Amino acid sequence: MATSTTEPVAALRGSMTPLPYRVARRRRENHDNWTLELEPVEDAIEPIAPGQFTMLYAFGVGEVPISTSGDIEASGTTLVHTIRAVGAVTKALCAAGPGDVLGVRGPFGNTWPIEAAHARDLVLVGGGVGLPPLRPAIYHALAHRSEFGKLVVLYGGRTPEDLLFRKELERWRGRLDMDVEVSVDSAGSGWNGNVGVVTKLIPAAPFDADDAVAFVVGPEIMMRFTARALIDRGLPPERIWISMERTMRCGVGLCGHCQLGPTLICRDGPVYRWDELESLLGVHEL
Amino acid sequence: MRTLDALIVESPVFEGLDQDQLELIAGCASNTVFAAGERLFREGDQADTFFLLRHGLVALDAYVPNRGQLTVETVGPGEIVGWSWLLPPHRWHFTGRAVELVRAVQFDGACLRKKCDEDPLLGYDLLTRFAQVLVSRLQATRLQLMDVYGDKHD
Repeated sequence: MATSTTEPVAALRGSMTPLPYRVARRRRENHDNWTLELEPVEDAIEPIAPGQFTMLYAFGVGEVPISTSGDIEASGTTLVHTIRAVGAVTKALCAAGPGDVLGVRGPFGNTWPIEAAHARDLVLVGGGVGLPPLRPAIYHALAHRSEFGKLVVLYGGRTPEDLLFRKELERWRGRLDMDVEVSVDSAGSGWNGNVGVVTKLIPAAPFDADDAVAFVVGPEIMMRFTARALIDRGLPPERIWISMERTMRCGVGLCGHCQLGPTLICRDGPVYRWDELESLLGVHEL
Repeated sequence: MRTLDALIVESPVFEGLDQDQLELIAGCASNTVFAAGERLFREGDQADTFFLLRHGLVALDAYVPNRGQLTVETVGPGEIVGWSWLLPPHRWHFTGRAVELVRAVQFDGACLRKKCDEDPLLGYDLLTRFAQVLVSRLQATRLQLMDVYGDKHD
Protein backbone atom coordinates (compact mmCIF):
# COMPACT_ATOMS: atom_id res chain seq x y z
CA MET A 1 0.00 0.00 0.00
CA ALA A 2 2.86 2.35 0.83
CA THR A 3 4.12 2.47 -2.73
CA SER A 4 0.77 3.67 -4.08
CA THR A 5 1.10 6.91 -2.09
CA THR A 6 4.83 7.50 -2.12
CA GLU A 7 5.37 7.01 -5.84
CA PRO A 8 3.15 9.91 -6.95
CA VAL A 9 4.70 12.11 -4.26
CA ALA A 10 8.18 11.17 -5.43
CA ALA A 11 7.20 11.85 -9.04
CA LEU A 12 5.78 15.22 -8.06
CA ARG A 13 8.90 16.10 -6.12
CA GLY A 14 10.93 15.21 -9.18
CA SER A 15 8.85 17.43 -11.41
CA MET A 16 9.29 20.31 -8.95
CA THR A 17 13.07 20.00 -8.68
CA PRO A 18 15.06 21.88 -11.33
CA LEU A 19 17.93 20.06 -12.97
CA PRO A 20 21.07 22.10 -13.67
CA TYR A 21 21.73 22.87 -17.34
CA ARG A 22 24.67 24.81 -18.68
CA VAL A 23 24.31 27.43 -21.41
CA ALA A 24 26.28 26.05 -24.35
CA ARG A 25 25.42 28.75 -26.88
CA ARG A 26 23.48 32.00 -26.95
CA ARG A 27 22.31 33.69 -30.15
CA ARG A 28 20.62 37.04 -30.54
CA GLU A 29 17.55 36.75 -32.79
CA ASN A 30 16.49 40.41 -32.81
CA HIS A 31 16.51 43.42 -30.51
CA ASP A 32 14.87 41.61 -27.57
CA ASN A 33 14.86 37.88 -28.34
CA TRP A 34 17.63 35.40 -27.64
CA THR A 35 18.00 31.69 -28.31
CA LEU A 36 19.74 29.61 -25.66
CA GLU A 37 21.10 26.12 -26.17
CA LEU A 38 21.26 24.30 -22.86
CA GLU A 39 23.17 21.11 -22.08
CA PRO A 40 22.59 19.02 -18.96
CA VAL A 41 25.28 19.30 -16.30
CA GLU A 42 24.49 15.74 -15.19
CA ASP A 43 21.03 14.22 -15.58
CA ALA A 44 18.79 15.34 -18.43
CA ILE A 45 15.04 15.84 -18.28
CA GLU A 46 12.83 13.42 -20.19
CA PRO A 47 12.84 14.00 -23.98
CA ILE A 48 10.79 17.03 -24.97
CA ALA A 49 8.34 17.01 -27.89
CA PRO A 50 7.10 19.73 -30.30
CA GLY A 51 4.58 21.94 -28.51
CA GLN A 52 5.85 21.24 -24.98
CA PHE A 53 7.58 23.67 -22.64
CA THR A 54 9.94 23.65 -19.71
CA MET A 55 10.14 25.86 -16.65
CA LEU A 56 13.45 27.72 -16.91
CA TYR A 57 14.90 28.95 -13.64
CA ALA A 58 17.28 31.88 -13.37
CA PHE A 59 18.63 31.13 -9.90
CA GLY A 60 17.82 33.83 -7.41
CA VAL A 61 15.47 35.61 -9.81
CA GLY A 62 12.63 33.28 -10.74
CA GLU A 63 11.13 30.76 -13.10
CA VAL A 64 9.16 31.09 -16.34
CA PRO A 65 7.60 28.67 -18.84
CA ILE A 66 9.36 28.66 -22.21
CA SER A 67 8.43 26.54 -25.23
CA THR A 68 11.00 24.43 -26.96
CA SER A 69 12.02 26.08 -30.24
CA GLY A 70 14.66 23.77 -31.65
CA ASP A 71 15.08 20.81 -33.94
CA ILE A 72 14.31 18.17 -31.33
CA GLU A 73 15.34 15.13 -33.36
CA ALA A 74 18.73 16.67 -34.10
CA SER A 75 19.37 18.12 -30.66
CA GLY A 76 19.74 15.04 -28.46
CA THR A 77 19.70 16.12 -24.83
CA THR A 78 20.40 19.74 -25.75
CA LEU A 79 17.41 22.01 -25.12
CA VAL A 80 16.77 24.97 -27.40
CA HIS A 81 14.64 27.83 -26.13
CA THR A 82 13.97 31.24 -27.67
CA ILE A 83 13.23 33.85 -25.03
CA ARG A 84 11.99 37.40 -25.20
CA ALA A 85 13.70 39.65 -22.66
CA VAL A 86 10.65 41.39 -21.30
CA GLY A 87 10.51 40.91 -17.51
CA ALA A 88 12.98 40.36 -14.66
CA VAL A 89 13.25 36.59 -15.14
CA THR A 90 13.41 36.56 -18.93
CA LYS A 91 15.98 39.37 -18.88
CA ALA A 92 18.10 37.32 -16.47
CA LEU A 93 17.74 34.24 -18.70
CA CYS A 94 18.69 36.19 -21.82
CA ALA A 95 21.70 37.63 -20.02
CA ALA A 96 23.02 34.15 -19.25
CA GLY A 97 26.08 33.44 -21.34
CA PRO A 98 27.99 30.28 -22.24
CA GLY A 99 29.03 28.43 -19.10
CA ASP A 100 26.30 29.86 -16.90
CA VAL A 101 24.01 27.37 -15.19
CA LEU A 102 20.22 27.56 -15.23
CA GLY A 103 17.58 25.30 -13.72
CA VAL A 104 15.23 23.29 -15.90
CA ARG A 105 12.00 21.47 -14.96
CA GLY A 106 9.84 19.55 -17.34
CA PRO A 107 8.98 18.81 -20.03
CA PHE A 108 5.42 19.92 -19.40
CA GLY A 109 2.22 20.15 -21.37
CA ASN A 110 0.81 18.31 -24.34
CA THR A 111 2.22 18.25 -27.86
CA TRP A 112 1.24 19.42 -31.33
CA PRO A 113 -1.05 16.71 -32.79
CA ILE A 114 1.31 16.09 -35.68
CA GLU A 115 -0.31 12.74 -36.43
CA ALA A 116 -3.54 14.61 -37.30
CA ALA A 117 -1.66 16.26 -40.17
CA HIS A 118 -0.34 13.05 -41.67
CA ALA A 119 -1.26 12.84 -45.37
CA ARG A 120 -2.80 16.30 -45.11
CA ASP A 121 -1.59 19.82 -45.85
CA LEU A 122 0.01 21.34 -42.76
CA VAL A 123 -0.45 25.07 -42.26
CA LEU A 124 1.52 26.78 -39.52
CA VAL A 125 0.61 30.37 -38.66
CA GLY A 126 2.78 32.36 -36.26
CA GLY A 127 2.46 35.90 -35.03
CA GLY A 128 5.23 37.85 -33.30
CA VAL A 129 6.95 35.60 -30.77
CA GLY A 130 4.58 32.80 -31.78
CA LEU A 131 7.02 31.37 -34.29
CA PRO A 132 9.40 29.65 -31.80
CA PRO A 133 6.76 27.17 -30.49
CA LEU A 134 5.94 26.23 -34.10
CA ARG A 135 9.54 25.73 -35.12
CA PRO A 136 9.93 22.17 -33.73
CA ALA A 137 6.81 21.15 -35.67
CA ILE A 138 8.28 22.68 -38.84
CA TYR A 139 11.55 20.79 -38.33
CA HIS A 140 9.60 17.60 -37.73
CA ALA A 141 7.56 18.05 -40.89
CA LEU A 142 10.71 18.74 -42.91
CA ALA A 143 12.44 15.68 -41.46
CA HIS A 144 9.44 13.51 -42.37
CA ARG A 145 8.43 15.46 -45.47
CA SER A 146 6.82 12.58 -47.35
CA GLU A 147 4.29 12.04 -44.55
CA PHE A 148 2.58 15.37 -45.21
CA GLY A 149 0.90 17.15 -48.07
CA LYS A 150 1.78 20.77 -48.63
CA LEU A 151 3.75 22.50 -45.90
CA VAL A 152 2.82 26.16 -45.51
CA VAL A 153 4.33 28.59 -43.02
CA LEU A 154 2.68 32.01 -42.59
CA TYR A 155 4.39 34.45 -40.25
CA GLY A 156 3.47 37.97 -39.22
CA GLY A 157 5.41 40.56 -37.26
CA ARG A 158 5.22 44.23 -36.46
CA THR A 159 8.17 45.35 -38.56
CA PRO A 160 10.98 43.63 -40.48
CA GLU A 161 13.26 44.29 -37.49
CA ASP A 162 10.93 42.33 -35.20
CA LEU A 163 10.97 39.14 -37.26
CA LEU A 164 12.55 36.07 -35.70
CA PHE A 165 14.73 33.51 -37.49
CA ARG A 166 14.84 35.68 -40.59
CA LYS A 167 17.74 33.84 -42.27
CA GLU A 168 16.04 30.54 -41.60
CA LEU A 169 12.77 31.83 -43.06
CA GLU A 170 14.66 32.92 -46.18
CA ARG A 171 16.29 29.50 -46.43
CA TRP A 172 12.94 27.74 -46.04
CA ARG A 173 11.41 30.06 -48.59
CA GLY A 174 14.02 28.90 -51.09
CA ARG A 175 12.99 25.26 -50.73
CA LEU A 176 10.83 23.62 -53.37
CA ASP A 177 8.86 21.51 -50.92
CA MET A 178 7.39 24.21 -48.69
CA ASP A 179 5.75 27.62 -48.95
CA VAL A 180 6.69 30.47 -46.65
CA GLU A 181 4.99 33.85 -46.60
CA VAL A 182 5.90 36.65 -44.23
CA SER A 183 4.03 39.87 -43.59
CA VAL A 184 4.71 42.87 -41.37
CA ASP A 185 2.38 45.58 -40.10
CA SER A 186 4.54 48.41 -41.35
CA ALA A 187 7.81 48.75 -43.20
CA GLY A 188 10.20 51.26 -44.66
CA SER A 189 11.49 51.35 -48.19
CA GLY A 190 14.00 48.52 -47.68
CA TRP A 191 11.29 45.87 -47.29
CA ASN A 192 10.11 44.11 -50.44
CA GLY A 193 7.68 41.70 -48.82
CA ASN A 194 4.05 41.73 -47.75
CA VAL A 195 2.66 44.47 -45.53
CA GLY A 196 -0.54 43.77 -43.60
CA VAL A 197 -1.67 41.47 -40.82
CA VAL A 198 -0.87 37.78 -41.13
CA THR A 199 -4.55 36.92 -41.68
CA LYS A 200 -4.32 38.62 -45.09
CA LEU A 201 -2.01 35.82 -46.22
CA ILE A 202 -4.58 33.11 -45.59
CA PRO A 203 -6.98 33.54 -48.57
CA ALA A 204 -4.22 33.04 -51.15
CA ALA A 205 -2.07 30.54 -49.24
CA PRO A 206 -1.48 27.36 -51.26
CA PHE A 207 -3.29 24.68 -49.25
CA ASP A 208 -6.42 22.63 -49.72
CA ALA A 209 -8.79 23.66 -46.91
CA ASP A 210 -10.77 20.44 -47.35
CA ASP A 211 -7.74 18.42 -46.43
CA ALA A 212 -5.56 20.59 -44.20
CA VAL A 213 -4.64 20.99 -40.56
CA ALA A 214 -3.51 24.28 -39.00
CA PHE A 215 -1.37 25.03 -35.95
CA VAL A 216 -1.54 28.65 -34.79
CA VAL A 217 0.57 30.50 -32.20
CA GLY A 218 0.63 34.14 -31.23
CA PRO A 219 -1.11 36.59 -28.95
CA GLU A 220 -4.69 35.52 -28.23
CA ILE A 221 -6.25 38.24 -30.35
CA MET A 222 -4.10 37.25 -33.32
CA MET A 223 -5.08 33.59 -32.88
CA ARG A 224 -8.78 34.51 -32.73
CA PHE A 225 -8.68 36.41 -36.00
CA THR A 226 -6.43 33.82 -37.61
CA ALA A 227 -8.84 31.02 -36.68
CA ARG A 228 -11.72 33.01 -38.16
CA ALA A 229 -9.78 33.58 -41.38
CA LEU A 230 -8.93 29.87 -41.61
CA ILE A 231 -12.58 28.96 -41.08
CA ASP A 232 -13.60 31.52 -43.73
CA ARG A 233 -11.16 29.76 -46.04
CA GLY A 234 -13.03 26.50 -45.40
CA LEU A 235 -10.98 24.81 -42.70
CA PRO A 236 -13.22 23.09 -40.10
CA PRO A 237 -12.72 24.37 -36.53
CA GLU A 238 -11.83 20.87 -35.35
CA ARG A 239 -8.74 20.89 -37.60
CA ILE A 240 -7.32 24.10 -36.11
CA TRP A 241 -5.07 23.92 -33.04
CA ILE A 242 -3.71 26.83 -31.04
CA SER A 243 -1.10 27.05 -28.31
CA MET A 244 -2.10 29.06 -25.26
CA GLU A 245 0.03 31.08 -22.91
CA ARG A 246 -0.87 32.17 -19.39
CA THR A 247 1.12 32.94 -16.28
CA MET A 248 2.38 29.60 -14.98
CA ARG A 249 4.07 28.79 -11.73
CA CYS A 250 4.13 25.08 -10.95
CA GLY A 251 3.79 23.57 -14.42
CA VAL A 252 1.98 20.51 -13.08
CA GLY A 253 -1.57 21.71 -12.43
CA LEU A 254 -1.28 22.37 -8.69
CA CYS A 255 -1.10 26.12 -8.24
CA GLY A 256 -3.95 27.20 -10.53
CA HIS A 257 -2.20 30.30 -11.90
CA CYS A 258 -2.82 29.22 -15.48
CA GLN A 259 -6.47 28.36 -15.04
CA LEU A 260 -8.74 29.26 -17.94
CA GLY A 261 -12.28 28.36 -16.95
CA PRO A 262 -12.42 24.60 -16.50
CA THR A 263 -8.93 23.96 -17.86
CA LEU A 264 -5.40 24.35 -16.52
CA ILE A 265 -3.16 25.28 -19.39
CA CYS A 266 0.04 23.76 -17.97
CA ARG A 267 -1.70 20.42 -17.35
CA ASP A 268 -4.31 20.16 -20.14
CA GLY A 269 -2.60 22.37 -22.71
CA PRO A 270 -0.88 24.41 -23.95
CA VAL A 271 -2.16 23.00 -27.25
CA TYR A 272 -5.94 23.05 -27.69
CA ARG A 273 -8.32 22.38 -30.52
CA TRP A 274 -9.98 25.62 -31.57
CA ASP A 275 -13.55 24.41 -31.14
CA GLU A 276 -12.77 23.32 -27.58
CA LEU A 277 -11.46 26.70 -26.51
CA GLU A 278 -13.19 29.29 -28.68
CA SER A 279 -16.06 29.98 -26.27
CA LEU A 280 -13.65 30.53 -23.36
CA LEU A 281 -11.58 33.08 -25.24
CA GLY A 282 -14.66 35.24 -25.69
CA VAL A 283 -15.28 35.52 -21.94
CA HIS A 284 -14.05 38.83 -20.55
CA GLU A 285 -11.61 38.75 -17.64
CA LEU A 286 -11.35 34.95 -17.73
CA MET B 1 -3.82 33.65 -74.36
CA ARG B 2 -6.77 34.45 -72.12
CA THR B 3 -9.07 37.31 -73.03
CA LEU B 4 -9.69 40.32 -70.84
CA ASP B 5 -13.16 38.95 -70.10
CA ALA B 6 -11.67 35.74 -68.75
CA LEU B 7 -9.04 37.55 -66.66
CA ILE B 8 -11.70 39.79 -65.11
CA VAL B 9 -14.28 37.15 -64.32
CA GLU B 10 -11.65 34.83 -62.77
CA SER B 11 -10.96 37.34 -60.00
CA PRO B 12 -12.93 36.94 -56.75
CA VAL B 13 -14.09 40.56 -56.97
CA PHE B 14 -15.83 40.13 -60.30
CA GLU B 15 -16.89 36.52 -59.88
CA GLY B 16 -20.43 35.84 -61.12
CA LEU B 17 -20.82 38.91 -63.33
CA ASP B 18 -23.31 38.26 -66.13
CA GLN B 19 -22.06 38.43 -69.70
CA ASP B 20 -23.57 41.84 -70.48
CA GLN B 21 -22.04 43.42 -67.40
CA LEU B 22 -18.72 41.73 -68.10
CA GLU B 23 -18.63 43.14 -71.62
CA LEU B 24 -19.44 46.63 -70.34
CA ILE B 25 -16.64 46.45 -67.78
CA ALA B 26 -14.13 44.85 -70.13
CA GLY B 27 -14.80 47.70 -72.56
CA CYS B 28 -13.11 50.01 -70.05
CA ALA B 29 -10.15 47.68 -69.39
CA SER B 30 -6.71 46.99 -70.82
CA ASN B 31 -3.67 44.92 -69.90
CA THR B 32 -0.70 46.67 -68.38
CA VAL B 33 2.73 45.86 -66.97
CA PHE B 34 4.90 47.69 -64.43
CA ALA B 35 8.58 46.99 -63.76
CA ALA B 36 9.81 46.58 -60.19
CA GLY B 37 10.04 49.97 -58.53
CA GLU B 38 7.78 51.70 -61.06
CA ARG B 39 4.91 53.84 -59.73
CA LEU B 40 1.36 52.92 -60.67
CA PHE B 41 0.06 56.21 -59.25
CA ARG B 42 1.14 58.97 -56.93
CA GLU B 43 -0.52 60.32 -53.77
CA GLY B 44 -2.63 63.40 -54.53
CA ASP B 45 -2.81 62.81 -58.28
CA GLN B 46 -6.11 62.50 -60.14
CA ALA B 47 -7.54 58.99 -59.59
CA ASP B 48 -9.37 57.91 -62.72
CA THR B 49 -8.20 54.35 -62.78
CA PHE B 50 -7.93 51.14 -60.76
CA PHE B 51 -6.14 47.84 -61.18
CA LEU B 52 -6.92 44.15 -60.90
CA LEU B 53 -3.60 42.50 -60.11
CA ARG B 54 -2.74 39.35 -62.03
CA HIS B 55 0.86 38.94 -60.90
CA GLY B 56 3.21 40.64 -58.46
CA LEU B 57 2.91 42.79 -55.40
CA VAL B 58 1.94 46.47 -55.19
CA ALA B 59 2.93 48.52 -52.13
CA LEU B 60 0.76 51.40 -50.96
CA ASP B 61 3.24 53.97 -49.69
CA ALA B 62 2.97 57.21 -47.78
CA TYR B 63 5.73 59.72 -47.21
CA VAL B 64 6.06 60.52 -43.51
CA PRO B 65 8.27 63.51 -42.61
CA ASN B 66 11.38 62.45 -40.70
CA ARG B 67 10.56 58.77 -41.32
CA GLY B 68 10.67 58.62 -45.10
CA GLN B 69 8.58 56.38 -47.30
CA LEU B 70 6.44 53.93 -45.30
CA THR B 71 4.51 51.02 -46.77
CA VAL B 72 1.09 50.75 -45.11
CA GLU B 73 -0.17 47.77 -47.06
CA THR B 74 0.69 45.47 -49.94
CA VAL B 75 -1.82 44.06 -52.41
CA GLY B 76 -1.31 40.85 -54.33
CA PRO B 77 -2.65 38.76 -57.22
CA GLY B 78 -6.43 38.60 -57.52
CA GLU B 79 -6.88 41.78 -55.49
CA ILE B 80 -8.01 45.25 -56.48
CA VAL B 81 -5.80 48.33 -56.14
CA GLY B 82 -7.64 51.63 -56.00
CA TRP B 83 -11.07 52.84 -55.01
CA SER B 84 -10.43 56.58 -55.18
CA TRP B 85 -11.89 56.57 -58.73
CA LEU B 86 -15.31 55.77 -57.23
CA LEU B 87 -15.86 58.77 -55.01
CA PRO B 88 -15.09 62.48 -55.28
CA PRO B 89 -12.66 64.15 -55.19
CA HIS B 90 -11.06 61.27 -57.16
CA ARG B 91 -7.56 61.76 -55.76
CA TRP B 92 -5.14 58.99 -54.79
CA HIS B 93 -4.66 58.74 -51.04
CA PHE B 94 -1.43 56.77 -51.28
CA THR B 95 1.33 56.13 -53.78
CA GLY B 96 1.19 52.77 -55.54
CA ARG B 97 4.56 51.16 -56.23
CA ALA B 98 5.36 47.88 -57.97
CA VAL B 99 7.44 45.88 -55.48
CA GLU B 100 8.27 43.40 -58.23
CA LEU B 101 7.18 42.90 -61.83
CA VAL B 102 3.44 43.56 -61.86
CA ARG B 103 0.96 42.42 -64.48
CA ALA B 104 -2.49 43.88 -64.11
CA VAL B 105 -5.75 44.67 -65.80
CA GLN B 106 -6.11 48.44 -65.72
CA PHE B 107 -9.60 49.97 -65.70
CA ASP B 108 -10.56 53.43 -66.87
CA GLY B 109 -12.54 54.69 -63.87
CA ALA B 110 -14.02 57.67 -65.69
CA CYS B 111 -15.32 55.33 -68.43
CA LEU B 112 -16.82 53.01 -65.79
CA ARG B 113 -18.41 55.87 -63.83
CA LYS B 114 -20.12 57.01 -67.04
CA LYS B 115 -21.44 53.48 -67.69
CA CYS B 116 -22.63 53.22 -64.08
CA ASP B 117 -24.51 56.54 -64.42
CA GLU B 118 -26.20 55.19 -67.52
CA ASP B 119 -26.92 51.75 -66.03
CA PRO B 120 -27.79 52.02 -62.29
CA LEU B 121 -28.05 48.21 -61.97
CA LEU B 122 -24.44 47.90 -63.10
CA GLY B 123 -23.54 50.78 -60.76
CA TYR B 124 -25.22 49.07 -57.79
CA ASP B 125 -23.55 45.77 -58.56
CA LEU B 126 -20.11 47.35 -58.86
CA LEU B 127 -20.58 49.43 -55.73
CA THR B 128 -21.58 46.31 -53.77
CA ARG B 129 -18.48 44.50 -54.96
CA PHE B 130 -16.21 47.41 -54.10
CA ALA B 131 -17.90 47.80 -50.71
CA GLN B 132 -16.81 44.23 -49.92
CA VAL B 133 -13.25 45.09 -50.90
CA LEU B 134 -13.41 48.22 -48.73
CA VAL B 135 -14.80 46.30 -45.74
CA SER B 136 -12.10 43.65 -45.90
CA ARG B 137 -9.41 46.36 -46.15
CA LEU B 138 -10.99 48.21 -43.23
CA GLN B 139 -10.97 45.05 -41.10
CA ALA B 140 -7.35 44.41 -41.97
CA THR B 141 -6.49 48.00 -41.07
CA ARG B 142 -8.29 47.64 -37.74
CA LEU B 143 -6.20 44.57 -36.98
CA GLN B 144 -3.06 46.52 -37.82
CA LEU B 145 -4.21 49.28 -35.47
CA MET B 146 -4.81 46.74 -32.70
CA ASP B 147 -1.16 45.78 -32.91
CA VAL B 148 -2.04 42.10 -32.64
CA TYR B 149 1.58 40.99 -32.16
CA GLY B 150 2.22 43.33 -29.26
CA ASP B 151 1.95 42.68 -25.58
CA LYS B 152 1.31 44.74 -22.51
CA HIS B 153 4.98 44.81 -21.52
CA ASP B 154 6.03 46.92 -24.52
